[in-house]
Amino acid sequence: MSHLKPERVAVFGGVYNNHLALEATLRDAHAQGAERVYCLGDIGGFGPSPDKSFPLLRDAHVLTMMGNYDDSIGRGLDDCQCGYTDPRDNHFAQISYDYTLKKTSDPNRAWLRTLPHAFRLELGGRRVRFAHGSTRRINEFLWASTTPEPFIERLLRDADADLIAVTHTGIPWERRLQRDPASGLLNVGAIGRPANDGDTCVWYALLTATGGPLGVEVELRPVRYDHHALAVEMRQEGLPEEFVETILTGWWTTCLEILPARERAASRF
Amino acid sequence: MSQDLVDLAARANAPTLPFAGLDTLWLQVTGTLCNIACRHCFITCGPKNDSHPMMAREHVLDTLDVARRLGVREYYFTGGEPFMHPHIFDLIDATLQQGPLSILTNGILITEDVAQRLGDLFRRGPYSLDLRVSLDGTTPEENDPIRGKNTFHQILAGGERLLRAGINPVWTVTTVHAAFDDRSEGYARFRSLLEARGFTRPRLKFIPPFLIGREARRSQGYAADDLLQEGDLFEGEEHVLQCGSCRTVTARGVYPCPILIEAQDARMGDHLEGALHPIRLDHPACATCHQEGFSCRT
Repeated sequence: MSHLKPERVAVFGGVYNNHLALEATLRDAHAQGAERVYCLGDIGGFGPSPDKSFPLLRDAHVLTMMGNYDDSIGRGLDDCQCGYTDPRDNHFAQISYDYTLKKTSDPNRAWLRTLPHAFRLELGGRRVRFAHGSTRRINEFLWASTTPEPFIERLLRDADADLIAVTHTGIPWERRLQRDPASGLLNVGAIGRPANDGDTCVWYALLTATGGPLGVEVELRPVRYDHHALAVEMRQEGLPEEFVETILTGWWTTCLEILPARERAASRF
Repeated sequence: MSQDLVDLAARANAPTLPFAGLDTLWLQVTGTLCNIACRHCFITCGPKNDSHPMMAREHVLDTLDVARRLGVREYYFTGGEPFMHPHIFDLIDATLQQGPLSILTNGILITEDVAQRLGDLFRRGPYSLDLRVSLDGTTPEENDPIRGKNTFHQILAGGERLLRAGINPVWTVTTVHAAFDDRSEGYARFRSLLEARGFTRPRLKFIPPFLIGREARRSQGYAADDLLQEGDLFEGEEHVLQCGSCRTVTARGVYPCPILIEAQDARMGDHLEGALHPIRLDHPACATCHQEGFSCRT
């Protein structure tokens, strides 16, 4: 684990092979004055040309942790351990996974195996903990509509933290405790795939230490990138048209059954 | 050795499942009282069975207080038929104030008014509200011998009212018919039925039959050697099996899961706080969950 005391950090997750969005996110984080940049894992999956993301992360000195996808690709497991339950979701997840495993070089797979599982830092006097799915399990889904406040309090207590930031679901949200707004949980969303809201942008978070009662101010930032160019590359790589459609429309077409009723009702498909 | 002693010895060798913390709380709000008496019910719910009576409103609210302190993540209402409870909307409202809720129903009591009220709660509640409607065939000929005369059309009508109110329910299918043993065939047939009824995004959950309760009479029950033994569990199975992170509260006390509320010796006491410990998987129904990788979660 890394112990740091910066004033502003950028946090993103779920690169999903989207190297164009990764470049754009790193540019924006730099422009916003982030002193450190954290990646909460899942470098592969969904998008094209897996090996293109690795040098971007390493050259920018991004502090990267292991997601379930990285664990699977690093160790060459049979599937991504994403935790889908629906046959159609698993069908498409397997296409992404087989493609990513085949196209990730051995040195990059070896690097994935070295990644840490968590980061901890102090920001604005608050204890901040980063994890991939949750602080309990690498592939736990934390959605806005099914992560209630009493449960967040329990996670914070068990993780010895004031603020937890995670990814894994692909939809960003933040919930602060009513009794202590300086504490809460943040899902930074994903930069590899739009947030299933009909907008093609992707999302990451800027965390800034403040002197105020919040301790840490969170800004969820949309990132626009050349998604048309990514779609062209995905088609060249023979990836499913369903994935391309998501990049071009901002609506998920696969891996939908895992969504809670509330988030599913807001979906197009 | 007598068969009883053989059974005792086999149960004594059952594996212990670690307890990962109370994530999920099941509330048997109407106990074993139901408006229908399905032939495959793994408890013996029906209009006359009050072996587990309805939970008093205050009992549910007190249990919710405890659950909030324990940091429970999600709630389920089941029975029996939850919509028989006279205070059901109070209970739904109170639960949704502190977490997401799934309600398991046979759909028959979902009137237009009930559906509209649920639709309002779905839209304005702070957390997700999900409805699970049980249906056991794609025709009356398949469903009605299991769930009761004319239930096929009544159940579908209840689901359609929910859909009109803005709620897309999860259709729960117990795989009592050989035709649904092949899940992809089962999914295809139910999708086709539901899409024709206007469910453009049908949600489905398949459940294996548990050979206890009324289903034991239909299926002859479990064999004497259908028990898990030490060494059968895989590492981390407490995160797959629901009983690794859930408990069920009925009017009569606390149980490990919603399946075993009529099982001998399954009762864990009066209070939730006293039931948060590892359990031995010494009931044959436990083998069904283990073998099927089954979780009662939506």
